[in-house]
Amino acid sequence: MIYFDNVSKVYNDGRSAALQEVTFQVAPKEFVSIVGHSGAGKTTLLKMIIAEDHPSHGQVFFESLDVHRIPKTRLPHYRRKIGTVFQDFKLLPHKTAYENVAFAMEANGRTDEEIAENVPQALALVDLEDKIWNFPNELSGGEKQRVAIARAIVNQPDIIIADEPTGNLDPIATYEVVQILRKINDLGTTVIMTTHNKGVIDEIERRVITMDDGRIVRDDATGKYVL
Amino acid sequence: MLTGFRRVVKAGFVGFWRNAYVSLASIFVLTVALFVIGSTMFVDQLLATSLNTLQSKVDINVYFVPDAPEDEIERIKNAVAALPDVASVQFTSREDALRIYRENNQNDEISLQALEELEENPLGANIAIQAKETSQYESVARFLEEQRALEKPSVPVIDEVNFARNKESIDTLTSIIKATERASFIIMIALLIAAVLITFNTIRLAIYTSREEIAIMRLVGASNMFIRGPFMLQGIMYGFISGVLALLFFYPILVWVGPETESFFEINLFTYYISNFGEIFGILVGIGVVLGLVSSTLAVARYLRT
Repeated sequence: MIYFDNVSKVYNDGRSAALQEVTFQVAPKEFVSIVGHSGAGKTTLLKMIIAEDHPSHGQVFFESLDVHRIPKTRLPHYRRKIGTVFQDFKLLPHKTAYENVAFAMEANGRTDEEIAENVPQALALVDLEDKIWNFPNELSGGEKQRVAIARAIVNQPDIIIADEPTGNLDPIATYEVVQILRKINDLGTTVIMTTHNKGVIDEIERRVITMDDGRIVRDDATGKYVL
Repeated sequence: MLTGFRRVVKAGFVGFWRNAYVSLASIFVLTVALFVIGSTMFVDQLLATSLNTLQSKVDINVYFVPDAPEDEIERIKNAVAALPDVASVQFTSREDALRIYRENNQNDEISLQALEELEENPLGANIAIQAKETSQYESVARFLEEQRALEKPSVPVIDEVNFARNKESIDTLTSIIKATERASFIIMIALLIAAVLITFNTIRLAIYTSREEIAIMRLVGASNMFIRGPFMLQGIMYGFISGVLALLFFYPILVWVGPETESFFEINLFTYYISNFGEIFGILVGIGVVLGLVSSTLAVARYLRT
């Protein structure tokens, strides 16, 4: 489903490389964790998938689509196939939880009926039925991240990209978020997640890709956190 | 398409309310800018009216000799009236001239006595000529001089053309009018540019506070038009509200200065404001809306480029 073909990313000064000859693929319905130190290239790798960043060499494919050859005007359509979750939640501060989730559907051109039906469902899936009219600043970190996950899944994307989703959360919220991601994966959505958190990796018991200095150094089918 | 439009409109209104402080700041600045633009419009109107009144007070007088043949006077009067530069010709007969002289010198016993001692009316007829522009008096005067040169020495008609006497003040007035018009034009352009820049920067700052939001909208897969639309609508709302506010502020100010301008410039600005309200509304609100729309469109474009 996702295929990295010998991808490198070199920044302007020509010396620091964020990615070096990265090649791997992710199959549908997989749950892949990417681990590594800060600066190992995890976030750059995810940015390549959503076409936020461009490789210096190599290609990234989404199914048969060369991600970096998508015309600018088609990029929004491509991004609607991918749900994104970030460490800093990236919620729209002037919209309520409901509106944040609904916005993703509105941007997708979905009807009002679909929105009225799917948004409460998505928020129920992340256990936030009682907070749907709260603004982000009225929610805890864990709740914000759950809203972000609800937004990511509401359009039923093919894949969820989560960049350090538990990075800002306490252990209980971390546990909840990981459980939700697993549930989503069990329902058939591919998940690619980067993390620092050893406990999270060890608990998931799925595929783990370890990165160091822009390279993939380990790729274990049911890995543990090894650095 | 229609759903998208409705959502953009709704998002624009909601964004306007929820960013109340930012909206207020933008409206405040835009109102000041439009107030400045409106003020220059009113000042321009004052200048134009007072220059017109001044201009209408300038004329050339042709004094005929007392025994000039009437058909000659008639001929010159008609010839002058036919000139393209001439706006109006006013004829004063010998008798009228005498009556006016008497009225003007009511309290001057000596002059009136001197007049009584003469057996016949010593004054000739005269015509007062107004040109369309002050700069055209020169050519009218030249025409009159040519007429005088054509006269037979035995039958004099024109006694005096007072252009030479008035020339200096006419020239001064012409140059003052031109300089004032040029200066007010330059000031208006400068103020307009300042207003546009200040508005643009304020709205750019307002949208700068939303740059994160714009980035998030892009990540969620919103199309550029879907992101841009609410900001454009907000720009239009800022412009509309500011235009109306500026018009409201002018009301009490003009009620207050109206009578002053009437006595000094011979135009009541308040009456002008009321009778041209539609036009002034259109211009101020129109400029506000265009400024708001263009500023917000340009400001958002910056965050949609990459």
